[in-house]
Amino acid sequence: MSSGKKTVPFQGTKEQEEQLQKVIAAHKGEKGALMPVLQQAQEIYGYLPVEVQRMISEGMQIPMSKICGVVTFYSFYSLYPKGKYKISVCLGTACYVKGSNQVYEKLQQVLGIGGGECTPDGKFSLEACRCVGACGLAPVMMINDDVHGRLSPDSVEEILAKYE
Amino acid sequence: MIHLKIDGIPVEVEKDTTILQAARQIGVEIPTLCHLEHLLPNGSCRLCLVEVTNNGRTKLVTSCTMPCTEGDEVQTMSEEVVESRKGILDLLLSDHRADCFSCGANGDCRLQEYCFEYGVEMTSYEGEVNDECVDDSNKFFTYDQSKCILCHRCVNTCHQIVGRGAIDTLNRGFKSVIGAHYDYDWDQGTCESCGNCVQACPTGALTSKRRKKYRSWQVEKKVLTTCPHCATGCQYYLIVKDGKIVDTEAYDGPSNKGLLCVKGRSGSFDFVHSPDRIRYPLIKNKETGRFERASWDEALDLVASKFMAIKKEYGPDSLAGFACSRSPNEDVYMVQKMVRTCFGTNNTDNCARVCHSASVAGLAMTLGSGAMTNPIGDITQNSELIMLVGSNPEEAHPVVGMQIRQALRRGCKLIVADPRDIGLAKKADIHLKLRPGTNVAFANGIMHVIIEEGLQDERFIAERTEGYEKIKEIVKDYTPEKVAEICHIDAEDLKRAAIMYAKAETAPIIYCLGVTEHSTGTEGVMSMSNMAMLVGKFGRPGCGVNPLRGQNNVQGACDMGALPTDFPGYQKVTAPGVVEKFEKAWGVPLNHEPGTHATDIFPKAINKEVRGLYIYGEDPVVTDPDTTHVIKALESLDFFVIQELFMTETAQYADVILPGVSYAEKEGTFSNTERRVQRVRKAVTLEGEMRLDTDIIIDLMNRMGYKQPHLTSAQIMDEIASVTPSFAGISHARLDSGEVGGRGLQWPCLDKDHPGTPIMHVGRFTRGLGWFYPAEYVPPAELPDDEYPIILMTGRILYHYTTRAMTGRTPELMEIEGKSFIEMNIEDAQKLGIADGDRVKVSSRRGSIESTARVGTKTSPGETWMPFHFPDGNANWLTNAALDKYARIPEYKVCAIKIEKA
Repeated sequence: MSSGKKTVPFQGTKEQEEQLQKVIAAHKGEKGALMPVLQQAQEIYGYLPVEVQRMISEGMQIPMSKICGVVTFYSFYSLYPKGKYKISVCLGTACYVKGSNQVYEKLQQVLGIGGGECTPDGKFSLEACRCVGACGLAPVMMINDDVHGRLSPDSVEEILAKYE
Repeated sequence: MIHLKIDGIPVEVEKDTTILQAARQIGVEIPTLCHLEHLLPNGSCRLCLVEVTNNGRTKLVTSCTMPCTEGDEVQTMSEEVVESRKGILDLLLSDHRADCFSCGANGDCRLQEYCFEYGVEMTSYEGEVNDECVDDSNKFFTYDQSKCILCHRCVNTCHQIVGRGAIDTLNRGFKSVIGAHYDYDWDQGTCESCGNCVQACPTGALTSKRRKKYRSWQVEKKVLTTCPHCATGCQYYLIVKDGKIVDTEAYDGPSNKGLLCVKGRSGSFDFVHSPDRIRYPLIKNKETGRFERASWDEALDLVASKFMAIKKEYGPDSLAGFACSRSPNEDVYMVQKMVRTCFGTNNTDNCARVCHSASVAGLAMTLGSGAMTNPIGDITQNSELIMLVGSNPEEAHPVVGMQIRQALRRGCKLIVADPRDIGLAKKADIHLKLRPGTNVAFANGIMHVIIEEGLQDERFIAERTEGYEKIKEIVKDYTPEKVAEICHIDAEDLKRAAIMYAKAETAPIIYCLGVTEHSTGTEGVMSMSNMAMLVGKFGRPGCGVNPLRGQNNVQGACDMGALPTDFPGYQKVTAPGVVEKFEKAWGVPLNHEPGTHATDIFPKAINKEVRGLYIYGEDPVVTDPDTTHVIKALESLDFFVIQELFMTETAQYADVILPGVSYAEKEGTFSNTERRVQRVRKAVTLEGEMRLDTDIIIDLMNRMGYKQPHLTSAQIMDEIASVTPSFAGISHARLDSGEVGGRGLQWPCLDKDHPGTPIMHVGRFTRGLGWFYPAEYVPPAELPDDEYPIILMTGRILYHYTTRAMTGRTPELMEIEGKSFIEMNIEDAQKLGIADGDRVKVSSRRGSIESTARVGTKTSPGETWMPFHFPDGNANWLTNAALDKYARIPEYKVCAIKIEKA
């Protein structure tokens, strides 16, 4: 199943690969080792791109399909790196009631990515979160450490434009 | 034992039996969608719910996951069970696109059947249908998410039964989908297109593209028969509609266990209905060089009179006739009978000469019987370790490959000795990447270590073998260090492999053409039996020495006596009383001298010792080494007749072509690699004036003056049984009987009540004592030098069968893999300035071809590999016809070449 999603170009370093190969060597042949290896790989790279999945598949002799099944099942695993600007839209009760869902959808539309993904230029990544403790400003989103409140879908583009 | 009642019927079962298994044991049917026999229960479809009462408590449980408990009272069709199942079906339909009218699975869909049975017409939970994904990328089948019920039968089949793991369940919850990866389509992954997942799918989610051509109710008949490709002997149905084969379906046969590979499932019948078939006799017009249509009388009279004229003028040994190892036993028997009774010579052979003649000769010399010692199922189920030498079963015997992968899943160890990084090498505990042509040194090295470590089976050696002292003396010199240098391997790896093999309680040696196709092939084979004898691994389940034979009936073609040295059943021409026995049986005087091997016939044709040749269904121009030489030989013949399905490369050199008949158009038997004689059944009728091969041969025999009555295939098998002790208990009637139950009979089968012989050499070798052959390592005939610095090996790929005469007529297979290529190491490529995908010119002392480079590390530096399937660069223009001294098998696996950028 090709998702047709745009991916961020892989920029792994030699050092990261060496680290990963050590992890693989430590767990090779061990039963049920795939998830801890994926977890450590994610710690090394920050996410689990196809290139990293391939290294694990080759090294541990586990089919790519199985790795894909695991990484797309558990929400803990991320297939995308965090962007330069990490957007978290609150879908907690108060924000949701105030229409944060539409804000979230609008962001997806404007950025051309889904939740959990990152724009191919690596600039913005998008995710949903649960309550940032600013319910009085609902609906709320955070871009890195900035809190943006009282949002409407129409205000989204203007805010994004501030982030170069 | 545990006692329970199912629908009031008392049942007694063993501990850990599930309720579903217990119910099936007494014939109570419980519906299932996700359950797969022999695997751990999946429990995902929930349809097998039953009501269980025990200790006053009643609950609904899934019968596939629930073990039986003492005192269970099980209701399989109570009101509550039925209501629950209705609810489950209703939910399954809620996101199922029920477009049954246009669905390929209509009439063959278990979801449809159960909905009909339980009266669920439509879903009461109408909602979204997930139809984001229709993956049509595979050449043979389509996945449609909107029909998928996520039962995981396809995934479990692919991972646990086929052992490939090409697909899995991706994403989560409502978005779950079956696929190869989120990043690429089905065809970009590791799928081998075997289609076992498609057969496992209970709905229309995975459907064969062939399904567009027929609906299940249009099927006229399903004919159970044996696959015509490799010698695994897979059992399957040919599905016939309007007199044409439209599809296949795997059957749970003894050697394939319900599995098929891509060639069997998808590449085994298009050729039957190919417009290229030769449909009437053809005679070559000497003046124009063109073939012209002839009547049967004209053609048969010409063939008979020409052969008899040559015989009269130049003697019987100026004639020769080759049988076909793709044809049924009955046909082969008649060919050799014609050659022996009418030509009056033992110049008969079959293409085992160029694949496993070394096994036939070698194992006959050391064990007394030239065949696989143990059955396939036994090797893969009962073995603790597998020693795989010169064999790539994942490609050449895919269903055996699948079973080896199953064995690895259950913890079986694997040692691979092969010059290439074949798929199984990656899964192996030890891969010894041998220099091509060094098998004898490798085996001697293994034996050296075993003896050094004191791991030899002294008792077995003393009681059951001879020649030990001599081999012990020889292998003394083969120290791990010396062998490591000859074989280009690591001495420590060799030591570990030897110890692992010796210490394993059960460990079969499985080998293939990497051992036989050498100028020292027979000694290579005998080295295999030496290793196994040294550690007493014979006559027991999960042991033995097991050549994987190449073609569907190459075992049978040898069994039937299409050999210059043997009558049917390996009764030697030179053994006292054998010729006399056949003279009596066939009623004519016979030639007492062994004949000439097929590979020696060609040189004899060139120097005019052989003048007339009859070939029944072989294509040596493509398959034999040194093509230039083969063509020269065929052109030198006075008269050359071929009986063939197609105008092959070889057929073009014939004087007369007689139309041959495919396996799907006749009755007969094939003997698979494990000596199992299985039925071949007629699925479609012959078109026009085509005639059965045996009828053609019998007509020829009569025209050449031998009174041969017309016999059916079954009658021919009766004659075979009457003259062949190892086949004495085999008949079509018995093979079709309930007693045999579609499981065939493994020879030796000595009389009508004999059950056949799954494991040979139990308690005693056929030869009496097993013989340690004193084999010394001799390098291949042609080694690389300054001019031709690289070694070329040849072999087969998954998607094609030898000359491609059959598989080449399935267009999808040609789309997947349709052109010649040469695998080379990246170091060599860099030196020569060749990049992956470049066109290259490949030359040896015998010829030159063009091909496409596949650059990588699959072969070692200085070594290359090519398939011989493709006419756009057939490796056999390059290969060396250096012959083994015993079996006269050519050295396909080593010749010296050079590569240049084209």
